[in-house]
Amino acid sequence: MTLALIIALPFLGIFLPLLAERLGRSACAAAAGVAPLMALVLLLSQQSAVFSGELLKVKLEWLPALGLNLSLRLDGLGFLFALLILGIGLLVILYARYYLSKKEPMGRFFAFLLLFMGAMLGVVLSENLLLMLMFWELTSLSSFLLIGFWGARSDARKGARMALAVTGGGGLALFAGILLIGHIAGSFELSQVLAAGYAIRAHELYPLALILVLLGVFTKSAQFPFHFWLPHAMAAPTPVSAYLHSATMVKAGVFLLARLYPALAGSEWWFYLVSITGLVTLLVGAGMALFQHDLKGLLAYSTISHLGLITLLFGLDTRLAAVAAVFHIINHATFKASLFMAAGIIDHETGSRDMRRINGMWKYMPHTAVLAMVAASAMAGVPLLNGFLSKEMFFTETLNQHLLGSFNWVIPAAATLAGVFSVAYSLRFIHDVFFNGEPVDLPHYPPHEPPRYMKVPVEILVFLCLLVGIIPAYTVAPLLAAAASATLGGDVPSYSLAIWHGFNLPLLMSFIALFGGILVYVFRQPLFRWYAGLPSVDAKLIFERGVQALVKACSGFTQWLENASLQRYLALLLAAALLVVTQGLSSLPQISGPLAMTEIDGITALGLGIMAFAALVTVVFHRQRLVSLLMLSVVGLMVALAFARYSAPDLALTQLSVEVVTIILLMLALFFLPAQTRIESSSLRGLRDFALAVGSGLMVAMLVFAVLTRPYDSISAFFLENSVPGGGGTNVVNVILVDFRGFDTLGEVTVLAIAAVGIFALLDGLRLFQPKVDAQGRSWARDRHPLILATLSRVLLPMALLVSVFIFLRGHNLPGGGFIAGLVTAVALILQYVASGVQWTQSRLPLNYQSMAGLGVMIAGLTGLGSWLFDRPFLTSAFGHFHIPLVGEIELATALLFDLGVYLTVVGATLLILANLGKLTQEKAVEEVL
Amino acid sequence: MEAIFAATLGLLTASGVYLLLRARTFPVVLGLTLISYAVNLFLFAMGRLQGGVVTVIGKGSAYADPLPQALVLTAIVIGFAMTAFVVVLALRSVGETQTDHVDGQEPAQ
Repeated sequence: MTLALIIALPFLGIFLPLLAERLGRSACAAAAGVAPLMALVLLLSQQSAVFSGELLKVKLEWLPALGLNLSLRLDGLGFLFALLILGIGLLVILYARYYLSKKEPMGRFFAFLLLFMGAMLGVVLSENLLLMLMFWELTSLSSFLLIGFWGARSDARKGARMALAVTGGGGLALFAGILLIGHIAGSFELSQVLAAGYAIRAHELYPLALILVLLGVFTKSAQFPFHFWLPHAMAAPTPVSAYLHSATMVKAGVFLLARLYPALAGSEWWFYLVSITGLVTLLVGAGMALFQHDLKGLLAYSTISHLGLITLLFGLDTRLAAVAAVFHIINHATFKASLFMAAGIIDHETGSRDMRRINGMWKYMPHTAVLAMVAASAMAGVPLLNGFLSKEMFFTETLNQHLLGSFNWVIPAAATLAGVFSVAYSLRFIHDVFFNGEPVDLPHYPPHEPPRYMKVPVEILVFLCLLVGIIPAYTVAPLLAAAASATLGGDVPSYSLAIWHGFNLPLLMSFIALFGGILVYVFRQPLFRWYAGLPSVDAKLIFERGVQALVKACSGFTQWLENASLQRYLALLLAAALLVVTQGLSSLPQISGPLAMTEIDGITALGLGIMAFAALVTVVFHRQRLVSLLMLSVVGLMVALAFARYSAPDLALTQLSVEVVTIILLMLALFFLPAQTRIESSSLRGLRDFALAVGSGLMVAMLVFAVLTRPYDSISAFFLENSVPGGGGTNVVNVILVDFRGFDTLGEVTVLAIAAVGIFALLDGLRLFQPKVDAQGRSWARDRHPLILATLSRVLLPMALLVSVFIFLRGHNLPGGGFIAGLVTAVALILQYVASGVQWTQSRLPLNYQSMAGLGVMIAGLTGLGSWLFDRPFLTSAFGHFHIPLVGEIELATALLFDLGVYLTVVGATLLILANLGKLTQEKAVEEVL
Repeated sequence: MEAIFAATLGLLTASGVYLLLRARTFPVVLGLTLISYAVNLFLFAMGRLQGGVVTVIGKGSAYADPLPQALVLTAIVIGFAMTAFVVVLALRSVGETQTDHVDGQEPAQ
């Protein structure tokens, strides 16, 4: 659990600085330091176990089906990185205490920093690759917050956005790569993946997986050509740069190279991709660093160059090169973090970062100058400093590799050239800033030494540079051995950390670099002039242009697709549906199946013919809305007849009553709408719609024909067999509705009730134009409630209700049931509204339809719940036969109660809709039409 | 008979789709209703077309497939609820925008 706690502590600690902010800056920084300090202590308590080669693992299952587990591991490599993250993190917290001014929200800064720290620890201590990926993305997100900390500044916002876009985009590629690796290795657990190295490299998807993973690595570690985000991320406060851009975030990429080294390295793909990218980055970074006038810009390009060096080392084909890479990770973190801090101090004290203005600082801040000069010498690779040791190892390995055949000399030569530049820009950092005359036009003059404790983190780091550089065997050796062994997955080739290896080629290369660098620096002025003559490439401008072009293209595409015309959307939707069905049907060898067609029956054919004809007339006369509506009702009636013809009496009854209600509803609606439709579609649109209509019709006809001429196998035998013994009813359709599929029906009546309530809400407060005359200018009939209709409908009501009760009761055994009975009742009641008016009906029949519909759903639901009382599943029905005096033997089922709920919902919902729509005509403007 | 039935459903669908693509709300509702007729008949036909069979146990020797019937029965009722909802939505839209165009505004002349 120690492992989990190490990661969890920074996350838990996020709240401390926020709470302590009001107590002052020191308290805030101290509060921020608590969690990392505890985590560091926990980490160090594991030191002996790790150094003895133990692999500590924790595993908690999270989503095992996806291969995602909360599994963590601590080995030498993880230990090294966790140490860097926590150690340098603590120093940065101390440094930031003095760096940030009183006005800045320090609590928020530390909260972001701790968030980042936790994410970074998660990356380096994850055993599960998917878990690692989550933390990886979290580092991108939290670094966005940190880089954009000074959100009021445009360059901070743009830099943060660019960093997020590049590293986040790389993260997506990495995600895909890791999914592929998990697919190949059969697991996302690192131990299994590392053990499956041969299988992974032999797999045909290996090149793709490798390229995707490397995209993630190269974007994160600012490798060419993705390096451009790092200089722009220098808009961040300097503590952030010292932390993220020297020791941690940019190292996450090379960490992954080390982590996956046993799994992915060892192929030609790996060697060429990694080494050549590293080599180019090394040279480009080193060269560009020399030409930067911004102090932090110099350090940023130098970081790019050193990251290239590390990448190149991982790409070389010797195992010692990987050891050298790990060693350089440690050294670079120490000297670069201290250099960033020194640059921050200078910026803080002078108000400028321009090296053409900051000169002669030696006089003003000698203490800082000494520290910065030592660290810069380490960066240049001067003997007796840690940078020298790893650079020597680097030179040695460039000589030992065998990658490029007869062009092998290119790599050591390029390495030496990069060494020359590296010495030159380090020298510039020392000479230009601390000597070279007097400062020019500084915002803060005269500068002086920073607060005492601001220098402490720099001192500690510089001291470490010296210590490692002078007595490596007693300081860094065990840590390096543990990390290297974890990287290589076991046996580490023998190497020596001695300072003196005798006069050999690497030493010569170091001297060439040293003197070449001094020479280049001396002749820097002509070089600067040459550089100024180059066309300037502003990465930010190009990036912003790219982003804007992308946004423009996207919004153009969206506007083309979404032009706010519903007709067009619908046409596209239908066209897409047509395409899918066409594709599905085209796989059939022929449309007609093996079944023979039944013989043509004259009456039925006539009925279907009337249906088709009425549908056509509906379309042809659609501009005359009333005619069209009447023809529609003919279609509906023929549909009801079709149901009756093909042995579905329940459906015929339902269709008939729904038809009545629908047509009344549409008539009512038509009262408020224009009676005619103008011609307004263009010919082209008409043609398009016609084509779509014919296409859809053809598809449906083919589909129906294809289905009907093929044999089928139904699950209905079950329902037919179990209807009587299981459901207690002989009408199988009704038993399915209220028993077998009762849950569906419950859902459906709920939808019905919701639709009714929705309509009720839509009609609330609606005012519509109510014409006094019809389209031809004739006024409405004076006899609004004809006497014959009113009288007849009153007589009919009790009879209709009686019929509906009859239909309801017999429903379980004969055609009928709650749905049909409900609709019959509704039609009978609506007839009263039509014949006698809303006021007349409601004063005599004060029913609350909302309550009725609600009550219906409640009864149906409670009936279902009732079965729980008897320890049965939801909606189990029970039935029994009872003997009632006079009536005789009768069968009662709980399904009847359920059906009562259905009945009430149907009546309530239908009347809620129609009565409320009818009421609209009662608004004072016009008399009622009902 | 199956061919005639299929052709009828095709015609119903074609008519419905054409009306669905009109610019005014009322024809769209009519189209929707036509399509729901076609869909209900289509679902119903999945149980095959048979005359003279029953779905009530003991009332005949051969039985129709009761499952599509049960599905279509609820589909008819739900279809009504949806039609009603669309109609009222159309009315509300007229009340809010003073036009019965589906886009909620008269097309630019």
